[in-house]
Amino acid sequence: MQNRIDQLFAKKQHGVLNIYCTAGFPQLNDTLPVMTALQQHGADLIELGMPFSDPLADGPVIQDSSTKALQNGMSIHTLFEQLAGFRERIHVPVILMGYFNPVLTYGVEAFCAKCAETGIDGIIVPDLPMAEFEADYKPIFEKYNLHLIFLVTPETSEARIRKIDSLSKGFLYAVSSSSTTGKDKDMNDQQAYFERLKKLQLTNPVLIGFGIKDKATFDTAASYANGAIIGTAFIKAIEHSKDIDKTVQSFISGIIQQ
Amino acid sequence: MDIAINTGNSRYQVDKNGYYGRFGGAYVPEMLYPNVEELQTKYLGILSDPSFQQEFEALLQDYVGRPSPLYFAKRLSEKYKANIYLKREDLNHTGAHKVNNTIGQILLAKRLGKHRIIAETGAGQHGVATATVCALMGMECVVYMGSIDIERQAPNVARMKMLGATVIPATSGSKTLKDATNEAIRDWINNPVDTHYILGTAAGPHPYPDMVARFQSVISEEIKKQLLAKTGNAHPDYVVACIGGGSNAAGAFFHYLDEADVKLVAVEAGGKGVHSGFSAATTQLGTIGIIHASKTLLMQTNDGQIVEPHSISAGLDYPGIGPMHAHLYETGRAQFLSATDDEALAAAYELSLLEGIIPAMESAHALAKLKDLPLNTDDVVVVCLSGRGDKDLDTYIRHMNK
Repeated sequence: MQNRIDQLFAKKQHGVLNIYCTAGFPQLNDTLPVMTALQQHGADLIELGMPFSDPLADGPVIQDSSTKALQNGMSIHTLFEQLAGFRERIHVPVILMGYFNPVLTYGVEAFCAKCAETGIDGIIVPDLPMAEFEADYKPIFEKYNLHLIFLVTPETSEARIRKIDSLSKGFLYAVSSSSTTGKDKDMNDQQAYFERLKKLQLTNPVLIGFGIKDKATFDTAASYANGAIIGTAFIKAIEHSKDIDKTVQSFISGIIQQ
Repeated sequence: MDIAINTGNSRYQVDKNGYYGRFGGAYVPEMLYPNVEELQTKYLGILSDPSFQQEFEALLQDYVGRPSPLYFAKRLSEKYKANIYLKREDLNHTGAHKVNNTIGQILLAKRLGKHRIIAETGAGQHGVATATVCALMGMECVVYMGSIDIERQAPNVARMKMLGATVIPATSGSKTLKDATNEAIRDWINNPVDTHYILGTAAGPHPYPDMVARFQSVISEEIKKQLLAKTGNAHPDYVVACIGGGSNAAGAFFHYLDEADVKLVAVEAGGKGVHSGFSAATTQLGTIGIIHASKTLLMQTNDGQIVEPHSISAGLDYPGIGPMHAHLYETGRAQFLSATDDEALAAAYELSLLEGIIPAMESAHALAKLKDLPLNTDDVVVVCLSGRGDKDLDTYIRHMNK
């Protein structure tokens, strides 16, 4: 079967909305209700965060959601239990995002096999460098038709972006500024970088993330790339939600409705 | 005093990919890649530049007060029936070995054109040593420190502030050294261009473990010369050092790594007992994983979550060890022991009363294992006395009143 991420970009090249949510947040068993609501109300892609004790690349909001999820009892094992059978209901591509240590401890091959069995389409591991991926893990990811999605930043050289593009599958995750997640940096400052990325004519689709929080920032990012990723703003929106479905609906309509 | 540049083909030194055996590497997010790559490609060139070496050596001599004495501890030797020498890193400016590394790294930062310095600190010794060199060079200094450590190391917090540093409490996770390191790394991600991160221990992404070890290698370089002058033999039977991340141990072992006749002993913090649930004895409790961008041994749950260690010493309260040490452990080149909080306290009192030297809580862990080494009367033992105990007086006083 063709990977669902590739299927998505084959039919939709503009305005792809990817929403990040930490698994097991705000409550342990909210993972599936949140995913269901995201699909229902128009997210094109779902990125599920696997909580980690030491999320180096994340700002305070996602860190706190990670801590809360761990306190709720979330683990990779629990997540796979929650996800068992989810493909009967959810058809949009789903990506797991997490740090390398829990994946390494689970066993990289066992993890990839479990992802394939469950119906996961891609993985983002920000602290798995390109060189290590290429040397040690690439064949394993390919064997299970799992896309490893790499990040590029405004400081990434063109040569390296091209190398990352050649190793990536699915899409490239363009970090809008050199920062941890959730930092407010002026989008306009990044436009030269977005312009540069666009001109590179990369093989993979590009989604822009970090600092996308509303319709204006989403539209700006989406005008330079195939779409954008929203994380921190969504976590803030559902943190105290009494009705997940309603919250997700109003959040997404605020981003993509005219 | 030379920075170790040519380390030959030692199997204990870092390889060209930044690994020690299967440990090491640089598992950094892409946001940090340019910074780390810049260090990787430039550090050896800068360190081997004669003008750099000259400046480094002059500061170590005139500012830090090196060489630090190698002191024959007569009464301690009588007690343990061996010849025990103390490498007096406690007599350095700022009171610990940490300054050897911060001097080296601030000179490196200058050559990289950076003007803002960040650091993490546990006990505060590395924070003070960083604040000190920033004052010396007129650079902005931001130190991240766990909010719990800020409470238990108040005098060092005051020193950093007096030296002009901004101390930012790390309030995530266990609020100790591990979390302070996370915050420092996050700061670096957010300030990639103008900032150099002075990491304080022989851990973190390549090239930090190697770079810190080289700056600290002055310790074993001096031991060799001093011991040769005092005993006619540059090789002791044992070199003993405490280990949290492992910077003083890396420095004390460095020039002996390939000398098979010298036994290397690393002493971890056993806390309330290795299996008590309150310990920082990483080699006994840890498994392979990634901590602070390095593949090494660390304490973690079955789910790969990094656990909170415990030690009475804020400087050893770290759930990992540097990758060089993980390799020394795995190859059996160094022996790893652990000392409990109580053993370390007893050793601190013993050194104070026998030699008139109040050691840092960290260094007391190394001293605490003298009783467990199978010593002969003609054995020569060098203990790295990594720091002085002024900062731990509160802990010592509390113990005294028990």
